[in-house]
Amino acid sequence: MMSFYFGRLVEIYPFFLKGLWMTSKIAFISLVSCTLIGFILGIFRSSNSLILKRVVGVYVAFVRGTPFVVQIFIIFFILPEWGIQLDAFAAALLAMAIMGSAFICEIVAGGINSISRGQWEAATSSGLTLIQQLRLVIIPQAMKVILPPLVGQYVLLIKDTSVVSVIGVMELTRVGWVTVVRIPEGLMVFSLVGILYFSISYPLILLSNYLERKMSM
Amino acid sequence: MLVDFNFRVIFEYLPLFLTGLRSTFLIAVISIALAIVVGIIACSCRISSIKILKYPAIAYIEIIRSTPLLVQIYFLYFGLPTLGLKIPEIQTGILALMLNSGAYIAEIIRAGISSVDDGQIEAGVSSGLNYVQRMRLIILPQALGVTIPPLLGQNIVLVKDTALLSLISVMELTRCGQTMTSERFMPAEAFFTVAFFYMCLYFCLKALADWSQRKLIFREAY
Repeated sequence: MMSFYFGRLVEIYPFFLKGLWMTSKIAFISLVSCTLIGFILGIFRSSNSLILKRVVGVYVAFVRGTPFVVQIFIIFFILPEWGIQLDAFAAALLAMAIMGSAFICEIVAGGINSISRGQWEAATSSGLTLIQQLRLVIIPQAMKVILPPLVGQYVLLIKDTSVVSVIGVMELTRVGWVTVVRIPEGLMVFSLVGILYFSISYPLILLSNYLERKMSM
Repeated sequence: MLVDFNFRVIFEYLPLFLTGLRSTFLIAVISIALAIVVGIIACSCRISSIKILKYPAIAYIEIIRSTPLLVQIYFLYFGLPTLGLKIPEIQTGILALMLNSGAYIAEIIRAGISSVDDGQIEAGVSSGLNYVQRMRLIILPQALGVTIPPLLGQNIVLVKDTALLSLISVMELTRCGQTMTSERFMPAEAFFTVAFFYMCLYFCLKALADWSQRKLIFREAY
């Protein structure tokens, strides 16, 4: 019986590769957008403006305080009520961008806050504008603190793409879920899904460990 | 937008939400307790020099850390029955959360233990303490202060992770929101209420974690 199902599984293997492709697509787009938004929000969060700080703080608290699956439901079921129609793929990307950027924002803000006051003052007295200060002085130094947890966060984000399967995006977990209905070998099907996820995220975990060792020297 | 937010329905469903909140809380507490036990066992295998304990522990930790929790839940939910084990969804869920968090907790404890300086261990050896005494008197008291704040952080993650159990039809907070949505078709009321309850749990745990951070990391641990 096992070998029969194994044969079936080999037959529908391309289906899994399609899921893997979809997962990689969602992961890649959301990692890029999360990083961009996260850096901007992180700079706001560590700025001197009290209003910006508070607004971003509330956003971060809301995102970090609720489970990702609830956020997806809110975006997918409630936005249409307010007249914004999104298909599942767009809703998934939006949810990922909102969730990821809040986590990356905290990492970036932590990195920027770790830079001493004197660096800011030196940059100001060298006549650099605010953008130049950030780009040339602060961010390059803060990167040392930001990079290891950032890569760790990327791994978490890639794993969180599995949750968007709940709104019917045909990614890897959804493919496994659809397959297990037809091939009732849960261990085999989800081992395959797990191996495919492992192949994406394990290299990143190794990279994160390497960066952590390197940056702490 | 929020003008026609129907509070009457929320109050009508409040008992349901409160039972959901209670089961989320219970699932989280049970899973955390079990996960700490699993974490301690996995960590002691991971740092031991016996190869037959060490390599399985490494494999367990790395596999769990590089696959999504949802896949692990489905693996157990669809996989255990094919092995002939028919256990209720809630126990499958707790098992998945326990195994998942256990791996992270093992790494947290290991980081705490390795944060203790080698010189301390050498000093213990030269004072004539044996392995158990060194662990009990020198390493663990110092490691504990470094371990507890991230451990509480992991608890916050675990409480949010319990929401995924709604997908294998465990009747917890998120599932209550889904129930209300399907009965009344009021997703906004349902999921904002659910989010509100999760936020309450989050702020309590966050306050605890921040407090422990201030109280416990006082020594030169880094």
